[in-house]
Amino acid sequence: MRIGLFATCLGDTLFPEAVKSTAVLLARLGHDVVFPPGQTCCGQMHVNTGYQREPVPLVRNFAEQFGDTSIDAVVMPSASCAGSVRHQHEIVAERYGDAALRAGVATVKAKTYELSELLVDVLGVTRVGAYFPHRVTYHPTCHSLRMLRVGDKPLRLLRAVEEIDLVELPEADACCGFGGTFALKNSETSTAMLQDKMHHISGTKADVCTAGDSSCLMQIGGGLSRIRSGTRTLHLAQILGSTRTAPYALTEAAL
Amino acid sequence: MSTFLGMPTAPPRSPYGTGHLRGDRTFPEAAHDELRNEQLRRNLGRATRTIRTKRLDVTGELPDWEQLRDAGSAIKTDTMNRLPELLEQLERKVTERGGTVHWARDGVEANEIVTRLIRATGSSDVIKVKSMATQEIGLNEHLEAAGITPYETDLAELIVQLADDRPSHILVPAIHRNRDEIRQIFLDEIPGVDPDLDNVPAHLAAAARAYLREKFMTTRVAVSGANFGIAETGTLAVVESEGNGRMCLTLPDTLITVMGIEKVLPRHQDLEVFLQLLPRSSTGERMNPYTSMWTGVTPGDGPQDFHLVLLDNGRTAALADAIGREALNCIRCSACLNVCPVYERAGGHAYGSTYPGPIGAVLTPQLAGMHAAKNDPNSSLPYASSLCGACFDACPVKIDIPSMLVELRHQHTEQSGTTAEKLAMKAAAAVMSRPTLFTAAQKAASLGRAVGGRDGTVPRLPAPFGGWSDSRDLAAPPKQSFRAWLSSAEGAETMRAAAEEGAGRTADTPEEDR
Repeated sequence: MRIGLFATCLGDTLFPEAVKSTAVLLARLGHDVVFPPGQTCCGQMHVNTGYQREPVPLVRNFAEQFGDTSIDAVVMPSASCAGSVRHQHEIVAERYGDAALRAGVATVKAKTYELSELLVDVLGVTRVGAYFPHRVTYHPTCHSLRMLRVGDKPLRLLRAVEEIDLVELPEADACCGFGGTFALKNSETSTAMLQDKMHHISGTKADVCTAGDSSCLMQIGGGLSRIRSGTRTLHLAQILGSTRTAPYALTEAAL
Repeated sequence: MSTFLGMPTAPPRSPYGTGHLRGDRTFPEAAHDELRNEQLRRNLGRATRTIRTKRLDVTGELPDWEQLRDAGSAIKTDTMNRLPELLEQLERKVTERGGTVHWARDGVEANEIVTRLIRATGSSDVIKVKSMATQEIGLNEHLEAAGITPYETDLAELIVQLADDRPSHILVPAIHRNRDEIRQIFLDEIPGVDPDLDNVPAHLAAAARAYLREKFMTTRVAVSGANFGIAETGTLAVVESEGNGRMCLTLPDTLITVMGIEKVLPRHQDLEVFLQLLPRSSTGERMNPYTSMWTGVTPGDGPQDFHLVLLDNGRTAALADAIGREALNCIRCSACLNVCPVYERAGGHAYGSTYPGPIGAVLTPQLAGMHAAKNDPNSSLPYASSLCGACFDACPVKIDIPSMLVELRHQHTEQSGTTAEKLAMKAAAAVMSRPTLFTAAQKAASLGRAVGGRDGTVPRLPAPFGGWSDSRDLAAPPKQSFRAWLSSAEGAETMRAAAEEGAGRTADTPEEDR
C-alpha cells in the first residue's frame, strides 16, 4: 500500500523520533511510505483556539499535498491531528473555503488515519514484530478515545509486543490537561489535571508512559521530568518500532 | 419620530448586570483561588467520582441507552425547531385548565411578575422548590429587596442560602461543603436548633426537616421551576429526591412556576424518554424518588391559584444561533459536570454563573453574551476546557459541547478585533502555509537547543508560555527535524533498509494476524 505520511508540525519539528519510527515501521511492514515535501501543519491549534479564517491555507495545503489519488491512505502519529483533518477541516472549508476546497477536504478526510487505526483497521496487523522488554503503561489520549474512537486498538498492538510488561493505568481515560492552548490560557487548571495523571502513572511503577499523541506526551513528560519521576514518555510508534535487532535504548531522561 | 423598517434586530441577551449569568472575574482568575482550596478539591473529587460510577452502572445496564439518547436528542431538536407553536400550545392548555400564563422577556420582567403575584396573596414569605431558572434571574435577592422572604426547601439549597453562599453544582449545590461546615451553618443560622447538633448526616437532615416542616405548614405561596412542560396537555413536571418539592407543589394556596421556554416538550409520551434519561444521568438512580406532575388547577386539591411564568432571558438569542441553539436541548442533569476534569479541579464557582461546568461554558455566553463589557468574564468560559470530550459522551441528549466550545471561541475571536494573539496566529499560519518558510523556522527552532540546560530541557519560558514552565519541563528542540533527517543520507539509508526488510516480510509472511 502507498501510504502518505503526515509528520504533523509538532512531530516534524520537536518530536521527530516518533515520526521516524512511524516511517520505518510502515516500510518494514512492506509498505511504500511517501512524504509529500510541501506538508506543514493541519491547523488544529488555530481552530481550537478560535481561529478559522487563518488556517484556510493550511487546510488547503493539506488537501493538496495528500489529495493525490496515488496515495491510498494518509497516516499521522497523532490522534488529535487526525481528528482535526476528519472533523475540523470540513468546518473551515464550509465556512471560509470554496467548492474546490470542500471537495478536496472530503476526499482526503476519507483516507486519513491515526497510526493504530491504520495498522489494525486498514493493514489488518496487530503483531508488528516489535520487541520492548520494559514496563509500560498506556495513556489513551482524549482525541484518540473520544474523537476517533480508536478503542483498544493501541492496546492490542502493545499486547502483541514481545517481552513487554504492560500495566494498566488507573483512571486512564481522564484528560492529562494538555488541550493545546488550554495549557497556557488555563495553565493552573491544566497543571492540577496533570498532577492527578502523574500520580496514577507513578503508581504503576512503569519505565515508560506511552500514548499516540506527542502533544499529550509533551505535557505528561514535561511534568514527569519536572518532578524527577522515574517514568519517561515515549510515543506508541517508538515502542512498535523497537525490534530485537534494533531495540530502543531506554535512557534516564524523562523527555 | 422616525420609523425604521430594516433588518430585524438580533434577539436580546439577558440584560447586562442582572441575574447570575456572569462572574466578576475571568475563569483563570477565579480558578487560581479555587484550586488552592484543598477542601473543595477533595470534596469535588470524591463526589464527582461517586456519581460518575453510579451513572455508568445505571446507564450501562440499559440495552437501549444509546437509542434513548438518540430519542432525547431528536425530541429536543424537534422542540427547538418549532418552539413558538409549542409554547403557544402550552399557554392554551395551561389556561384551559385554570392556570395563568405570563411571558417574561428577561429576568427583570420575571422577577417583577413573581413579586407582584406574591404581593397579591398578601404573604410576605414564600417557599421555594429547587430551581435553576430562579437562580439564574436572581429571584431571591429581588424578593428580599421587596420585603418578601424566600425559603429554599431543597436541603442543599437551604445550606447554600443559610450560608449566604452560591451554589456550585446544578444538582448538588452544596457539593463544596462538608458535614462539619454544614453543622456549623445550621448552628449559626437555624433558629432554635439543638446546640448539641453533631455532624451525623441523618441528624443534620433532621434539623433541616424540623425547620422546613414549620415553613411548609405555614406558608401560603410557593415558587418552583419546572423540569418539563408538556405542550399537548399543559402539564408541568418536577423531579426531585427529597419530597420537599412535593410539599411546596401541593400544600400552598398559590403556586408560581418559573420555566425557561426551552423546557417545553411536545407530547406527554415524551416523558417516557426523559424520565429514563434524567435520573440515570443526574443522580445515577434508575428513578428519582419524587416525580410531581400537575395540570392547571384541580378544584379542591392542591394550589387553587396557579401561575406559569415563561422565561426567555437570552434563550431566543441562543435559538437564533444555528450551532449554539443545541445548548437549549440541555435537561440540567449535570452529568457533564461530573465527568469534566476542569470542573472537578476548579469547581462551580469559577464559572461565575448559575450554570457551571461544560454546559455552563456554552450556555452562559449564549444567554448573557460574552462581549457585554470590556474583558467580559464570560468570554473566558469557552476556553475553560481542554476539549477532552468527556461531556459529549456523558450527555443524555448528545449535545456536542466540544464542538460548541470551538464555535464560541471562533465567535469570540471574530468579535475581538485585532489582538496580539490574532496577529501571532496569522503569522504562524503565514509561515506554515509556505513549506520553505516552515523549514527555515524549524532550523531556527533547532538553534533553540542552545537555551537548553545540561539535561536537555528548557527550564523557563517567556510569556505567554510562562504558565507552561511553572510545572513542566520542555525538551530542547532536536538537532534535526524529521524532514531534515529523511532527506539526509542517514535517513535515506534507514528507510532503504526498512523497505528491504519489508519486501522480504511481504514475500514470506502475508499479513499474518488479522
